[in-house]
Amino acid sequence: MRRMAYSFPEEVLEHVFSFIQSDNDRNSISLVCKSWYEVERWCRRKIFVGNCYSVCPSMVIKRFPEVRSIELKGKPHFADFNLVPEGWGGYVYPWITAMASSYPWLQEIRLKRMVITDDCLELIAKSFKNFNVLVLSSCEGFSTDGLVAIAANCRNLRELDLRESEVEDFNGHWLSHFPDTYTSLVSLNISCLGSEVSFSALERLVGRCPNLRTLRLNRAVPLDRIANLLSRVPQLVELGTGAYSSEMRPEVFSNLAGAVTHCKQLSSLSGFWDVNPACLPAVYPTCTRLTSLNLSYATIQSPELTKLVSQCHNLQCLWVLDYIEDSGLEAIAASCKDLRELRVFPSDPFGVEVEPNVSLTEQGLVSVSEGCSKLQSVLYFCRQMSNAALITIARNRPNMTRFRLCIIEPRTPDYLTLQPLDMGFGAIVEHCKDLQRLSLSGLLTDRVFEYIGTYANKLEMLSVAFAGDSDLGLHHILSGCENLRKLEIRDCPFGDKALLANAAKLETMRSLWMSSCSVSYGACKLLGQKMPRLNVEVIDERGPPDSRPESCHVEKLYIYRTVAGARLDMPDFVWTMDEDSAVGLS
Amino acid sequence: MMMLEKDLNLDATELRLGLPGTQDEDQPAVTKKRPLLHTNQTSNANNISSHQEEIDPPSKAQLVGWPPIRSYRKNSFQTKKSEAEAALYVKVSMDGAPYLRKIDLKVYKGYPELLKAMEEMFKFKVGEYCEREGYNGSDYVPTYEDKDGDWMLVGDVPWDMFTTSCKRLRLMKGSEAKGLGCGM
Repeated sequence: MRRMAYSFPEEVLEHVFSFIQSDNDRNSISLVCKSWYEVERWCRRKIFVGNCYSVCPSMVIKRFPEVRSIELKGKPHFADFNLVPEGWGGYVYPWITAMASSYPWLQEIRLKRMVITDDCLELIAKSFKNFNVLVLSSCEGFSTDGLVAIAANCRNLRELDLRESEVEDFNGHWLSHFPDTYTSLVSLNISCLGSEVSFSALERLVGRCPNLRTLRLNRAVPLDRIANLLSRVPQLVELGTGAYSSEMRPEVFSNLAGAVTHCKQLSSLSGFWDVNPACLPAVYPTCTRLTSLNLSYATIQSPELTKLVSQCHNLQCLWVLDYIEDSGLEAIAASCKDLRELRVFPSDPFGVEVEPNVSLTEQGLVSVSEGCSKLQSVLYFCRQMSNAALITIARNRPNMTRFRLCIIEPRTPDYLTLQPLDMGFGAIVEHCKDLQRLSLSGLLTDRVFEYIGTYANKLEMLSVAFAGDSDLGLHHILSGCENLRKLEIRDCPFGDKALLANAAKLETMRSLWMSSCSVSYGACKLLGQKMPRLNVEVIDERGPPDSRPESCHVEKLYIYRTVAGARLDMPDFVWTMDEDSAVGLS
Repeated sequence: MMMLEKDLNLDATELRLGLPGTQDEDQPAVTKKRPLLHTNQTSNANNISSHQEEIDPPSKAQLVGWPPIRSYRKNSFQTKKSEAEAALYVKVSMDGAPYLRKIDLKVYKGYPELLKAMEEMFKFKVGEYCEREGYNGSDYVPTYEDKDGDWMLVGDVPWDMFTTSCKRLRLMKGSEAKGLGCGM
């Protein structure tokens, strides 16, 4: 048998491995034998690090010397909702400096929830001659000055995507720094930027890039300039408009409608800030081609929304505000038979009005679950829910893979029976056997966690808020859910017992976040002491946890597995519990 | 057109429910849907970090990061709300009735809607309005105090002018309203 492993020259093995892209498969290959491990590590081109602190750059570089593409994620997901104090971490700088010297041929950097400075951007621009792709998703720490460096130096840049990042936006001049000789742009997403980019520079840029497929503009781009822009990019596939309103003089309207019609490949639309409903018909010609539509900024009412969306018979992905209302969702259920993903965002999340401002209830979601047989991904904000509705949805859509429900008022019971929603979510996990992601809300007891622990075998990510009665709830999750990777919990009465009893489980997961729960400092220390391959981070802005009794609950807790040991860049409100934190010493 | 309203010292005689000196914010006996919430750990004295900017309206309890919406989405609405005019609440009183109401003038598109709403609120009929003779056939006459402190008949000026100048509304008893007429 040993001879078999050597019977293929390395070049052949490498060639075979080049067809294998998935990280999991690559990891499996590397475990077959030492020679396969060697061949594989030399030919791995793409690396994904789900938690930038789980490994250090030097270890990655040492094992995989020829990487061309790297993806890193930094802060915990709850940072999106301001639960992670600023300065917590997620700095990409050490990675960039390490790669600048070791990966001169690096082509792609994709970051999510990381802090990247202008210095980093300059280093990227100068160090990687063949740099192609920069995606900064929900990142922060940089300004438009850093973008100047990218625009001016990255001659082969194909993709520049700043989605949802917080950019210090000095002005729009950076765009003018793309040289006239630069023609390789394929995808540009600047939708998060506040200021006006130089419009003539933009027009010239898109005009000279024949491969441009994706153009997501920012709010500052006026609607009446879009037609002109589009006429230069008839091959465009994805368009994000700016503010979607103008006086709509007749010729502006017809120019826009004409330009839109002319883009025969256009299949994705977004933007639509400040929509003037009178301008909407300009995009009607694209409706039958659209597969993706993001109207989540469009503050227009149900009739206009419905009229637009119900023409989109090939729609697969829809993001919309709750202005769509139950009636609009019913129309979608009838017209958009190919729908796979639906996200309904709240227009009035803080409920200033006593009465709901829109007629969107559980019924809308039920309708879509009935009419759209391919629906598999849902994010739904609403104000009422019932077990009956959830059970119906579960039975209608056993193919659901992502289900995130947010009932806006915490601990809201089934509005019909006033019971907890345990049964409803239980039905979801029981029927939807491939469920990978779940977010809970409403009134929930430990019972729901028993259902989840028992049935949710494929669940990878679970988000919990204001739920459960006792440690038993957490114990059900941690002792079940064999594929759980990420668990995030806030404001639940979960404490020491469940955590300590399931310590080993934590090493099989990427991370656990718990805030405003009942975990004591003592338990954190114990966990840190017993589990050297976990970083147990206590985040507490009241000052050192040592200054309080050990039984005192910590504000926030972030636990993640790592082979890199405690990180060295913690701010003064984060403490790592490590082997040296002995219980009883303080 | 002007009534000597100031001489009557209306503020002192305003009858309303509630302790003296308190504002009657809303209709009585309406239960607000959202009770005050507290984060559930008593040992966590103050979870709100100085770094976290939650732009919640002051009437709602501070629940950091809930509902789970990205900041940039909230910012989109804030802009929208401040661009659109804020609600225009004015007090409405009815002679003889022991309570005040408040209404949002922005909600109504014109006089007919406003009058209908007041009719429903106070259970009365406003009668026929005509420019020459004011309100006929009604016990109560809708009047309002404008920016200058003058009491005017509701309906005399164009709607937009009315909404920008109206400070409060009063359903005046027919007999008292004789001084208000049309035709300035």
